[in-house]
Amino acid sequence: MISFLIYKTILVIVIFAVSLVVAMYSTYGERKIAAFMQDRIGPNRAGPFGILQPLADGVKMFMKEEIIPDVSNKALFILGPCIAMLTACMTGVVIPWGDAITIGGEKYSLQITDINIGVLYMFGVLSIGVYGVMIGGWASNNKFSLLGAIRASSQMISYEVAMGLSIIALVMMTGTISLKEITEQQAGGNWNMWNVVYQPVGFLIFLICAFAETNRTPFDLPECETELVGGYHTEYSSMKLGFYLFAEYINMFISSAVIATLYFGGYNFPFMHDLGLSENLITILGVVALFAKIFFFIFLYMWVRWTVPRFRYDQLMNLGWKILIPLSIGNIMLTGLITLLRQKYHF
Amino acid sequence: MQSNLYDYLPILLMFIVAGGFVGGTMFVTHKLGPQIKSKIKLDTFECGIESQGNARIPFSIKYFLVAILFVLFDVEVIFMYPWAVNFKELGLFGFIEMLTFMGFLLLGFFYILKKGALKWE
Repeated sequence: MISFLIYKTILVIVIFAVSLVVAMYSTYGERKIAAFMQDRIGPNRAGPFGILQPLADGVKMFMKEEIIPDVSNKALFILGPCIAMLTACMTGVVIPWGDAITIGGEKYSLQITDINIGVLYMFGVLSIGVYGVMIGGWASNNKFSLLGAIRASSQMISYEVAMGLSIIALVMMTGTISLKEITEQQAGGNWNMWNVVYQPVGFLIFLICAFAETNRTPFDLPECETELVGGYHTEYSSMKLGFYLFAEYINMFISSAVIATLYFGGYNFPFMHDLGLSENLITILGVVALFAKIFFFIFLYMWVRWTVPRFRYDQLMNLGWKILIPLSIGNIMLTGLITLLRQKYHF
Repeated sequence: MQSNLYDYLPILLMFIVAGGFVGGTMFVTHKLGPQIKSKIKLDTFECGIESQGNARIPFSIKYFLVAILFVLFDVEVIFMYPWAVNFKELGLFGFIEMLTFMGFLLLGFFYILKKGALKWE
């Protein structure tokens, strides 16, 4: 029991630290990629190639004065960013970061916990994330913040429906909602291919919804600076603002990990069992493969941000309700039909 | 696959670690930053002019409508998860039952579209 607790605690701290570091360096990556796409240089003063820029930003956030407006609701004002940050970190628990590592005959899984309701847990935590934005924007008692918060929450809940429906089609194929089992079903060999091959439409819907859930461009209306100053975090300063921005990058990281796990084989890579490597080496290479997939999707987030302009609000709502929801219901029906036909005629 | 209570323990651990980090950071940054307050600094933001009234104002009913619709649809979605997990065992019968259910769902969806509940102008 004690060794179980120690091993889990170490794993939790490592994964927590990794998600913080990845989120930190995503801000650096974002600025460098933006600079590259707009033919600029980007941050290059702090350290070689500006590599220490995220640290400098972090220290700056720490040392800034904290302003809580007089008319705001103070307790909720502080609670908002805390919830946003907390929920962003909590989702990483169910993601299988790798297979098991064997140390001294004992197997240590690299997934923090393999609960059999992984996907549901993920959705539950994701929905609580809406509260962080809503509470923060409302408590500021500023009209810009209020509008931003209402926009953000109704956008997030609209796309959550389509997201849930797109996963149902996947669950019908896999027959489980444990993320570990979904990953294992996509293991190489025997022509077991990644789920994206069988669920291209579902993947596309999920990807679009993930963009909307994380409030990234082209769905970044909540913080649309031309209309709403800064959206729900207009009144925030110091580390509270930092938490909101940081939570967005952690959400990007986690949602990339979820996309990679559900649709792109997670830690599996081609020919993983055919090369005659030892179990531990396969696990480590698997972690590397998963992170390569994650970084690709984080790059995709940034690529889209600097390519596609922002939607108008009615276009956003129409896309969510009138296109994505019927499309995902159609996808469910098609998946059901094909699965039944395959069962009957064995192809 | 059966999960036991121990599987949920690491979630609590993560909650403690993340919560400790969030609380600690909030406390430290509260202590570190300068504290020079003034009346104008503590006012809410407005683009250069004095802010009028506060933000506890009514807002568009559309947002509320979207929230209500979300509750309806999300309950349907959650309802479909157990069916989707057991889809292969349930076979054709389960599929037809769910088609009926989804037909009703789409009927309601069509109704709210016709009513203009999702029209943003």
